[in-house]
Amino acid sequence: MRLERREGTTFALIVSAPLAAIAVALMLSGGLIAIAGANPMDAYFEMVRGAFGSRLSISETLTRTTPLILTGLAAAVAFRTRLWNIGGEGQLYAGALIAAWLGHSIGTTVPSPLAILIVLLSGMVAGALLLLGPVLLRIRLGVDEVVTTLILNFIVLLFVSMMIEGPMKDPLAFGWPQSVAVGNEVLLPKILERTRLHAGLLIAVAAAVLIWFVQSRTVFGLETRAAGLNQKAAAFAGVALGPTLLGVACISGALAGLAGAIEVTGLKGYVTLDLSPGYGYSGIVVAMLAGLHPIGVVITALFVAVIFVGADSMSRALGVPSFIADVIVSISLLTMLVSLLFTSYRIRR
Amino acid sequence: MDSEPVLELSGISKRFGALIANDNISLALHSGELLALLGENGAGKTTLMNILFGHYTADAGVVRAFGKELPAGRPSAAIEAGIGMVHQHFTLAGNLSVLDNIMIGTERLSLLRSDRSAARQKLAALSQRFGLQVEPDRLVGTLSVGEKQRVEILKALYRDARVLILDEPTAVLTGLESEKLFATLKGMTETGLSVIFISHKLAEVMSASQRVIILRSGRVVAEKRTADTDRAELAELMVGRRVTRPVKREQPPGAQVLAALNVDVVEDGRKTLDNINFSVRAGEVLGIIGVSGNGQASLGRLVCGLVGASSGTLVRDGVETRRFSPRSLVKAQTARIPEDRNAEGAIGEMSVWENTVLERIKNSRFSSHGLVNRTACKAFAADIIGRFDVRGGGPDTGTRNLSGGNMQKMILGRNLAAAPELIVANQPTRGLDEGAIAAVHAQLLASRSSGAAILLISEDLDEVLALSDTVQAIFNGRLSDPVAAADADAQSVGLMMAGIWGSADAA
Amino acid sequence: MIEAVEILATASLWDAVLRIATPLIFGTLGALICERAGVLNLGIEGIMTLGAMVGWMTVYQGADLWTGLLVAALCGAIFGLLHALLTVPLGLSQHVTGLGITLFASSLTYYVYRLALPVASTPPTIEPFQPLDIPLLSGFPFLGEALFSQTAPTYLAIFACLATAYILARTPLGLAVRMTGENPHAVEAQGLNPISIRIGAVVTGSALMAVGGAFLTTATFNSFFPTMVQGRGWVCIALVVFASWRPAKALLGALLFALFDAYQLRLQHVVDQAIPYQLFLMVPYVLSIVALIVMSRRAKVPQALMAPYRKGER
Repeated sequence: MRLERREGTTFALIVSAPLAAIAVALMLSGGLIAIAGANPMDAYFEMVRGAFGSRLSISETLTRTTPLILTGLAAAVAFRTRLWNIGGEGQLYAGALIAAWLGHSIGTTVPSPLAILIVLLSGMVAGALLLLGPVLLRIRLGVDEVVTTLILNFIVLLFVSMMIEGPMKDPLAFGWPQSVAVGNEVLLPKILERTRLHAGLLIAVAAAVLIWFVQSRTVFGLETRAAGLNQKAAAFAGVALGPTLLGVACISGALAGLAGAIEVTGLKGYVTLDLSPGYGYSGIVVAMLAGLHPIGVVITALFVAVIFVGADSMSRALGVPSFIADVIVSISLLTMLVSLLFTSYRIRR
Repeated sequence: MDSEPVLELSGISKRFGALIANDNISLALHSGELLALLGENGAGKTTLMNILFGHYTADAGVVRAFGKELPAGRPSAAIEAGIGMVHQHFTLAGNLSVLDNIMIGTERLSLLRSDRSAARQKLAALSQRFGLQVEPDRLVGTLSVGEKQRVEILKALYRDARVLILDEPTAVLTGLESEKLFATLKGMTETGLSVIFISHKLAEVMSASQRVIILRSGRVVAEKRTADTDRAELAELMVGRRVTRPVKREQPPGAQVLAALNVDVVEDGRKTLDNINFSVRAGEVLGIIGVSGNGQASLGRLVCGLVGASSGTLVRDGVETRRFSPRSLVKAQTARIPEDRNAEGAIGEMSVWENTVLERIKNSRFSSHGLVNRTACKAFAADIIGRFDVRGGGPDTGTRNLSGGNMQKMILGRNLAAAPELIVANQPTRGLDEGAIAAVHAQLLASRSSGAAILLISEDLDEVLALSDTVQAIFNGRLSDPVAAADADAQSVGLMMAGIWGSADAA
Repeated sequence: MIEAVEILATASLWDAVLRIATPLIFGTLGALICERAGVLNLGIEGIMTLGAMVGWMTVYQGADLWTGLLVAALCGAIFGLLHALLTVPLGLSQHVTGLGITLFASSLTYYVYRLALPVASTPPTIEPFQPLDIPLLSGFPFLGEALFSQTAPTYLAIFACLATAYILARTPLGLAVRMTGENPHAVEAQGLNPISIRIGAVVTGSALMAVGGAFLTTATFNSFFPTMVQGRGWVCIALVVFASWRPAKALLGALLFALFDAYQLRLQHVVDQAIPYQLFLMVPYVLSIVALIVMSRRAKVPQALMAPYRKGER
């Protein structure tokens, strides 16, 4: 038995890959739910109800979707050029920290829309700068960016911890490690009354469309794809690998930084160490499930958000530990990798 | 033949997707015989030998060694049965020593200690007996290609091979080294070993083999005693039809288009080109001939704009520079045919249209303000597909699905579409069959007639002599002085390829 | 200032160095074995987390400490097998698969832990490994406390390093593993199966990683809590590069790291609040990156690292 490359891939095959992956992941996780003493079908029903059952739950799901779209795009953009940015979590926190600091100090010196723009842009710059280091190390010295971006996540979290216990500590937070809050004038507008859903969702979706356009219609998009698929051939055709990689790094880091800035200005108003329940890492799963397609990212981010929001209420109802959400998501990453393989290979005896 | 065959293949068939690589092939090898397996690129020779050795599993057919059937798909069984294989692409680890490379797989994995001194002795005895000198403690990565091949042969002998299979063994050797190799092989057959060598070179098949089996399109088309045949007959059997390569016509050259003056290139801290000089004029073909691995890759990268000169000057149309860039070359009407189609020339996962425009995407015809003009790009691709007879798909086809010959036509097409001034062709016919080779030659000569300057880098002596006006040999990163192709013959150029040329440091 | 130097002369520092180094030694050795065969195993962080929980849980359920380590090794091996099956015969991206294994192993760990102990607010404890009392040596002044008051797994880690160095350099199996990491085609051409060699190496390496994790809960601490591995796995991946893929250097590298870590812990008490403690905690991570930078040009990477091998495909 061996694998043989398919001559071509059909659209149906591409779309069915994530569906098959998710189905298998849900089946496997169902076994774990059963071990916890619950009926898997009931559990999944509870999850869907928890995610879509009411106006509030829908808004919560969409609120969760927002950062996942952005970190998912960050991973998708980078992975397409074979830039393994695993530092989304750190870049998110870097963006959040800068956003909180600027959002707190910018005050009313500039009109509100401009202030929001400045705060979000600064978050993007912070995320991009954080990724530039590892990428330069890769280009100049051949240092594997996977390890450096991973390790930077820990350094950034310690830095955030240092800042919110030190210079940026909120004196009114009863000693909790929490940053100062941003001013009202930089808060993103809500898009659904009496919920937490904010305009960040629109920004995230717009970012996905923009990335899709850049990738499929521009010279830069063509060059980044070429560089990702075959460095030698791309260089032969005159694609400047270094600058292309740096460009991609800026976009990827900026997207993750934007996720952090939006969480602060749209949702929390300040930075804590539990601002992100691993959005940076989940973004990798979101991107892979979407086959690295930017529009697909919006859909798979929603899926992952449904799992997380749904698992919380399912856990309350059925007593299954809510960690099951992480289990489902991580298994679907592995099953997706396998089903992606079968879109370009088939088994031959 | 009167003796029992030592090796017998019967009814071997193998299919890769739609391609039938081997179609019901049968052959036998007798003790002490030196058998040539002759065929064009893509005739199925390597596939057949890989099945025999167990790298591939045949769809049908059996292999018998010394009368016993070999289990399919197990190299260990082939080795045990006394079969040794020397692959065209050596299967060696450069970071390990010669001894390590030879010992791998020879001892039980459960042993608590390798017996290296015994291995050393056995290796020394073999080296002595067959005249294959190696230093057991050298790192393989530091050896020359000829030495690496010796290690490969010793690896097989170390496993007590009685049958030796060599896949295109002379592809990387100079004429002298090849002669020495065949002398060694002949000596081996005299001691009772049997040898099969794969080749597409008629000269060496005629001079070295006792019997020749000719493969074409996956089938055995003929079997001859070498003494009973001649080159012309073999050529016709191998190609199956009369393919005549186009012939160059004399024409006076024009002005200088490209030149290198005392150029050194250093890559990864190693000097790969050493004080080279050359000059190509319009309407002229300069052939750079040499055995693989003497700096051709580096020369290719230099003239294709991927590396710069560390010292010396490049001249293009009278303008001096240290380094070209791919995009400026393309803009200046330079056609660049890369050495490795699959690694450099095209991106398999991208469509044909993307591959045709990638190197000229910034041209205002194909993009404006950073936006790709897909209609124009696809029209360009369709034009090339039509004009250069690229078969197997349209502009939107995945490039991976094209055959080697059609991929090369696509690469030629995108380069030659707009009458280039300079063509850099690095191994333009490597791995192509005779029909495709003739087509490539015709394209190059047509460009020459319309005034293009052509720098041809090739390992194929016949090709260089047929196409070039002037020939320079490359050896160890140095270039010989140019000689007129009209005054050169296979023997004199053969010496030049071994680094022996009149001027300068012939030592 | 003087106090900062005096720390170096305390026996407890050196005692701590060996203790802190132990999980790093196991983890680095495990990653090294995988990489010498040509497979990058980024599942390490998750496998160490899993090992930490499983080792502790086994003991908490009543088994003895060594059984705990053994069960942890077994679970590590199973996840190693999963990584190996996906990356070796199927040839999936080693980067992404490894991260997937880490995410899967850690989430499964937390899930199972929660399932077994739904309401534990403070983590329950076990009786951990005690320092071995080695006759004569342990009683030796200074050195006895500094070097010979370790728990048994620490000595096991050092022994494992030396044994791996010997196996790689001197046995047919070691040669086969090295050759697989350099050129799997050469291995196949000599009648061995590079796929099974790679799978074997990844399974073995992953078992060692899990033992490293289990050391945290059965010797360093006496309980399990989430995120306790704290990026040690990633540090180990960096240490493999730092060690140029050599087991003896990996041992030295792990000890050097542990020295910095143990030293910064003590220095924190000396400088007391003058410098934020987070800066000290950053030290091992920053060092990992520095190590990668320093070794980037010098390290001899196994040539076939991360290159998938498919039979009959070049």
